[in-house]
This record gives sequence, structure tokens and C-alpha cells, in this order.
Amino acid sequence: MTLQDQSLVDNPSLLNVAKLPASRRAFLKAGAAAGGGLLLTLTVPQLVKAAAGADSGSASTLNAYVTIAPDNTVTIMSKNPEIGQGIKTMLPMLIAEELDVAWSQVRIDQAPLDPVKYGRQFAGGSQATPLNWDPCRRAGAAARQMLVAAAAAQWNVPASECTTSEGRVLHQSSGRLVTYGAVAEKAAALPVPNLGKVELKDPKKYAIIGHSVPGYDSPKVVKGEPLFGIDHEVPGMLYAVFQKCPVFGGKVVTANVNDLKKLPGVRDAFVVEGGSDLHGLMPGVAIVADSWWRASKAREKLQVTWDEGATAAQSSEGFARQAAAFRDQPPQNSLRNDGDVAAALSQAAQVVEADYHYPFIAHAPLEPMNCTAHVEGNKVTLWAPTQNPGPGRTLVAKTLGLDESKVIVNMTRCGGGFGRRLDSDFMAEAAWISKVAGAPVKLVWNRTDDMQHDFYRPAGWHFFKAGLDGDGKLMAWQQHFISFGKNGNYARSANMESTIFPAGRVPNLSMGVSLMPLGVPTGPLRAPGSNALAFVFQSFIDELAHKAGKDPLQFQIDLLGKDELLPGRGVGFHTGRARGVMEKVREVSGWGQRTLPARTGMGVAFYYSHLGYFAEVVEAAVGNDGQIKINKVWAVGDVGSHVINPTAAENMAQGGVLDGLGEALNQKITIDKGRVVEANFDSFQPLRLTQAAPVEVHFVTTDNPPTGLGEPPLPPAIPALCNAIFAATGKRIRSLPIDTALLKA
Amino acid sequence: MHYALTINGKQYGVDVDDDTPLLWVLRDTVKLKGTKFGCGAGLCGACTVHVGGQAVRACQTAVSDVGNNAVTTIEGIGDTAIGARLQKAWLAVDVVQCGYCQAGQIMSAAALLAQNKAPSDADIDAAMDGNICRCATYSRIRQAIKQAASGADFGANGQQRKGA
Repeated sequence: MTLQDQSLVDNPSLLNVAKLPASRRAFLKAGAAAGGGLLLTLTVPQLVKAAAGADSGSASTLNAYVTIAPDNTVTIMSKNPEIGQGIKTMLPMLIAEELDVAWSQVRIDQAPLDPVKYGRQFAGGSQATPLNWDPCRRAGAAARQMLVAAAAAQWNVPASECTTSEGRVLHQSSGRLVTYGAVAEKAAALPVPNLGKVELKDPKKYAIIGHSVPGYDSPKVVKGEPLFGIDHEVPGMLYAVFQKCPVFGGKVVTANVNDLKKLPGVRDAFVVEGGSDLHGLMPGVAIVADSWWRASKAREKLQVTWDEGATAAQSSEGFARQAAAFRDQPPQNSLRNDGDVAAALSQAAQVVEADYHYPFIAHAPLEPMNCTAHVEGNKVTLWAPTQNPGPGRTLVAKTLGLDESKVIVNMTRCGGGFGRRLDSDFMAEAAWISKVAGAPVKLVWNRTDDMQHDFYRPAGWHFFKAGLDGDGKLMAWQQHFISFGKNGNYARSANMESTIFPAGRVPNLSMGVSLMPLGVPTGPLRAPGSNALAFVFQSFIDELAHKAGKDPLQFQIDLLGKDELLPGRGVGFHTGRARGVMEKVREVSGWGQRTLPARTGMGVAFYYSHLGYFAEVVEAAVGNDGQIKINKVWAVGDVGSHVINPTAAENMAQGGVLDGLGEALNQKITIDKGRVVEANFDSFQPLRLTQAAPVEVHFVTTDNPPTGLGEPPLPPAIPALCNAIFAATGKRIRSLPIDTALLKA
Repeated sequence: MHYALTINGKQYGVDVDDDTPLLWVLRDTVKLKGTKFGCGAGLCGACTVHVGGQAVRACQTAVSDVGNNAVTTIEGIGDTAIGARLQKAWLAVDVVQCGYCQAGQIMSAAALLAQNKAPSDADIDAAMDGNICRCATYSRIRQAIKQAASGADFGANGQQRKGA
């Protein structure tokens, strides 16, 4: 993954769709479809330029293919990877709405990687909605306009007298009616309207947008039909496992590959020299067999001498010691300095100090990393469960020394992503093994490979000092963030922006950072940055509210101040939208209105992440043994003017909240001797059914372009839980995962 | 070693090593891909199938231990009344996010309903806690099990869930 890709995922501001003038956003091309009918090509140059990064210089285009067949079936290509976020259903909804067809007419096909046709294809950063809301609707509306024009010409009536409904054009006064399919071929020959000027529906008339549409592939999922990467078969395919050094960056010195070749079913075993880029093909030993089980059995006999390298000296304990040593030093780098923090602290009525910490955590999607690759001469075809097929292709081409045009990537449904599949290491491995083995190969990692060779959410430490005046007003905020990196550059996804609330709302505020070197690979995990920083910021603000003797929810609303747009990620942070979700969650949760039993409490938090605003209240009970029972969560989101697919939106919000709670309750990756200790779902636990509290989801709509839901619901769940635990027990959680031993009565 | 297996009512002859887990026989020999590999250690439930009517983790069940017991997988569970009701309920409630765990969820739920026609929340907890849903669709899984248990007729394609 290049820096560009990371910034794309971490920072939605590159994709500020709303600021593009409508007339320059997109244009359409039309032509006859292969089987007859209308084929529309949507081209959105500005978006593609933004999505590809400023300096790519690529002339690629973003296309949404819509085919209308003579039988009135509408086939829409879904260009982005489906990782469970529901995009395969949602993007076609936008087109179908403005095309004015019945959802039952719509067929959806997964597009392969083809950036010339489709532009940037990826799943990350909750960006599909903001990127596609406008162009997809305009594409549908333009197609509708052409179909109306074709019917009107056939009837020799003005187009303005024609209306549409469920895939048909109607001429009311003459009672004539024709299906889109019957005029599609004629429509394809007509001039294409200016996309910026096409008439869009009055949202009050939406029949698809804002109405719940079940997942398009779900009928196949519940019957167990093969959809996922791991399900793909190629004739003559062999199966592979790949053992990398447990210590990140380690190299193979010797391996008993000749012994392995004699084992049942083993077709080949070889050392892969690999490189030193942790995101690419790393050194290891490949075992190729006639079944995955036999390859795995052979792996038990594998003996490798590793050159473990420098990272073998690193450990979680060592990082914690280094972080502690930074505590009383001035930060290496200043991120922000408003007012005079030292003076304000010296004059404060109350000074509050707190140290916060969060650990490394893994992505652990349920479908382990896998890829099927078939190298034939100077060409390779891959079937990959990937969130990021473009960079995957680039990496494979580079690894095999091929031109990118010789690398074909087919995207499969992904058994979860959470950011892990933005990296393409497993694609490079599969391609390389297929090349050496001289056969199509399906590489499947086992769970331990997946857990111990991830790109982890980086750990971090935050040392706070804050000052309250005599009225409990927050006058001073001093924050020293200890993170990873070198030469002043953050390790991947280990950064912190200086615009996070309450920045801009505290007269004297300083943020600084000190970095320590890291040999452990890191990367974006669902709501990157925010999934850790929300805990830190929103917990410490809650502490301050309690020290000030104020209601924590009202304290935050007071701190938000007047409604205005402040500098921040994406289009900026709007204090009014934050206030809006906080006020709504106060209402729906009955905040402050109910008397709770002993050792039961409610906590609140909000966060602005990936263009969306979420405020959440958790009600939790803490037993005398310290065990936590979450009774209920209320989540209120503001993702703009429309919730496009309400059933999917609720599902995604519930999942995001519960994912956050799982991180807070259960999850930690421990580094020892440069390797990961946790190996499977016994020591690293996603949330389980018995921990899953009911999550009541509400949306407030505001006059803003709709934005995504993959990430924003997650971050506030963590501090809302920790704040609830404080309300229940008086014990403040300053380190994750939550140590229940500290919560005993 | 040759094994004769009855899977979803059909006979299959397979030649595999004795210790091959049923999971890999299903996926890579018989080519039924619905049963999923998640952890290889019986910790996630993605590979849940029925052997002799009991829910088992196929990754922990050697092919040599199957014997004459009939095997039912997600591809065959829809032929049972309970399985068909569960699949309908799963669609009606719109449970699925990524969908990778859902075959195992439905197989665990089918075993539960075969034993217990009207499971309580505690019964569902006990039967389903071994099945991880990494997308955390748990409240909908719970709702779908209850809906299937209620035996309500929700139409051929499942009624569309009302919006949030």
C-alpha cells in the first residue's frame, strides 16, 4: 500500500465531493449492449483524479455500467469490493432510484478490477457513499431521460408529456405505455444529456432510497453457495501454506524442504527469499500439496532456522517502559499550541492528571487471508478477497516483474475486512508460489498466520494535564502523545491530528508527540485513529466533567459552544452536528431521567469520524466480582440528509458499536521477542453473542450530503462504556482492554 | 483410505487420510464450500455441520470418526423444515453482513430448534455462544432464531424488514 492509499483511507478530505461543481462531476456515454439494449457508461473525471491521488496523472475513468435488456431487466455492475458493508446492494439502489425502475427488475453483477472502466475500486474509509451519492443518481437520471426521449420520439409526442414508473414510459393523455427494454436500443442512439443538468427526483418521491432493501447476495449466503475468496476453484489447482518468520522481518537461513517433499501429497516445498517490505512478499517457506490439509500436516514437520533480525528485541513491555520514560520529558514534536498552557495550569482551581493507554489489536476477519493465483507464462490471474485490488495488482506486478496489464484481479466477496484486506501481502505470496510451483495455487493462511502476521492497530500512550477554573470551566489542556515512528514520521496509522475536539474550544491547549521506533507492522483498523483516540479524548473529558461537578453530557454540549464548522478531518468538524446527536441521545436514552440500581451506570460519548457524527450512551452493570454486563446501548448518528438503506444502516451501526465494545472488553495483541503471543480466538476474542447488548439506533438527518457508516458508529462506543463503568463504580478505565480485576467491589 | 459418506442424503466415496478433518473433506474433496474455515480449533463455529443430527465442529471431526452417521451441511439444511424456516427468517430479518459465519450460525440454530422448539434467550446464549460473528450481527441472529421458532409464515421470499 502506498502512502497515497493510506492517506485516502485515513483522511477522507481528499475526497471532498461536495465541493465539486455539479456540471464538472461526470458525463455519460451510451451505446448498444452486446445482447441488445442500452449500455451506459458513467465517467467522473474529477472524482477519479481525487481518488487516485493528486500526482497519479492517470487518465482512468469511473464507470458504472448499466445495461437494460429487451426483457426490461436492468443489470448494474457493482464496482467496489463487498466486505459486508452492503455496497453491492447500496450503489445500485442509487442508480435504480433515479432510473425509476422497480428493484425487482434489477440484477447486480460484481465488476472485476478494471480501473480504466471503473476508476478507483476499493472498500475503505467509509467513502463509497460520499463518492457515489451524486454521480450514481445522475447516471440513473440521465438514462431515464434518454429512455423518455426515445419513447416520446416513437410516439411523436413531447418528452415533457411523458412520465415513468417501474421501468416503463407512460404518455398519460393517449394512454400509451412502453417498457424501457422495448426502447432501450433506440435510446442508446440518442445524444447523452449533460449530467450536471439532468433533473433529479424530488426526494419525497423516493421509492428505493430510504427504503430497506435486503442484501442482494444474502439468499446465496444462507444456502452456503460459493461466494468468498476461499471458495474459489481453478481446474488443476494445488493448495499452499506459507510459513513466515514469527519475528517480523526475519529471514530463512535453512529449512528442511527436501524432507517435506517426501511427505504424502506434497508436490513442492521451497524457500521464498522475499524482501524486506513488510507489506510485500516476505521471506518464508512455501509448501504446496494436493490438499490444504496435507500441506498443513507437512508444515508440522517443517524445521527452519531463522535469522530473526533486530525486531526480536522488541516487546510490549519494552514499549511501555520507553513510553513511561517520555512521560516527564517535553514532547519531541509540538502538534498545537494555543494560549499559554503552563500559565493557565498554574492558575487553575483544579489540575487533573491522567495517563491513558491502548494496546495493539488485530483485525481478525473471520475469513483468513487467502488468494488463488494462476501464473501462465508472463500473465497471472488472481481471485482475491481484497478491499484494495488496485494496489494489490501493483504489488503482484512488481513482485513477479510483470507489467500491470498482465495481472488480472477478480474480486470475490470478502469474509470481513475491517481494513486488513487493504494490504495485499497474501496476493503477492499466492502469485509467487503459483509461479514457482508451475500450477494454479490456492494459498490459505491458518488462523495463527492471520493473527500473527497482521498490520496491527498501533498501541499508544497519552499523558494529560488539564486545568479547571473555579466554575468548573476547562481552561487548560496539555497532552503528550507517545506513538511509533522515526525521524519525525509516524508509523502507519499511528498518527494524531491536532484538530480533535476539544481543540479549538479550550483557550490554552497544547498537543505534542514523541515517537519510538517500531518493527511491528501497523495499519488501518476500522475507524483508524478514531478507534483509539475516541477512548482517550472522550474518557478524559468525562473525567473533567465529573471533577467539575457537571453532568458529563451537558459539559460536552457546553464545551462544543456555538454551532460552527471548525477545522477537522474531511470537510471539517461541525459543532452543531455533534450537539445534534448528543441532544438526541440524551432524549432517546432517558439520560439523567432514570434511577439505576447500585453498581449500574450510564456513560456518554460522541465522536466525529469519517464524515459521520455518532453519540452513544451505554448502560452497564458491574458485578461485585468486577464482571461487566452491558444492559443496553443507544446510538444516534448523523450521516447527512438520507439514510440510503435503513436496514443495512441499522445493521452496520449495531455491528460497529458492538465491535468497539469487543475491542474494549476483550482485545489485546501482545508483542514478546518481536513476535505476537496471541494465536487464535481463545486468546484474542471478538465479541461473542452473550456479550452483545441490544443496540438501539437512531438517525438524525441534516442538510448535508450522505456519508458512510462503516466506521463512524464504532469509536464512541468504547469511551461510552468506560464512562458508564465510572458512573457505576467510581473507577476510571484508563487502559484497554478493561481489566475487570480492578472493578471488584 | 476410502470412506463412504452420506452428505445431505447423497452418497460420496472419498479417498483421504484418516485424520483429515471433515471440514476439508467437505470443502476440498466433495467441493461443498458452504462450510467455512475460521480457526481450525473449534473456537469460532464457522464450520458447524450436523453429524448424526448433532451439531459438531467439522474442523475438529476427523473423517474416520464420522462412521455411518449422516452428515448435513448448510447446502442440505434447507431440505429440512427447521432449516428452511431458519433460512427464510435469516432473510426476513436481513441478518447478513459479510456472511462468512452465517452457515455455521444457521447450522447451530437448526440443532438448537431440533431440540427445543421455543428457546429462551438463555437457551440461545448456550447454543450460539460458540459461533463468532465478526460483524456482530448478534441481535438479528437472535431475532431470526425466535422468528423461525415461532413458525410464522413470512412468505416465499421472506417479508422485507421494516426500516430502522
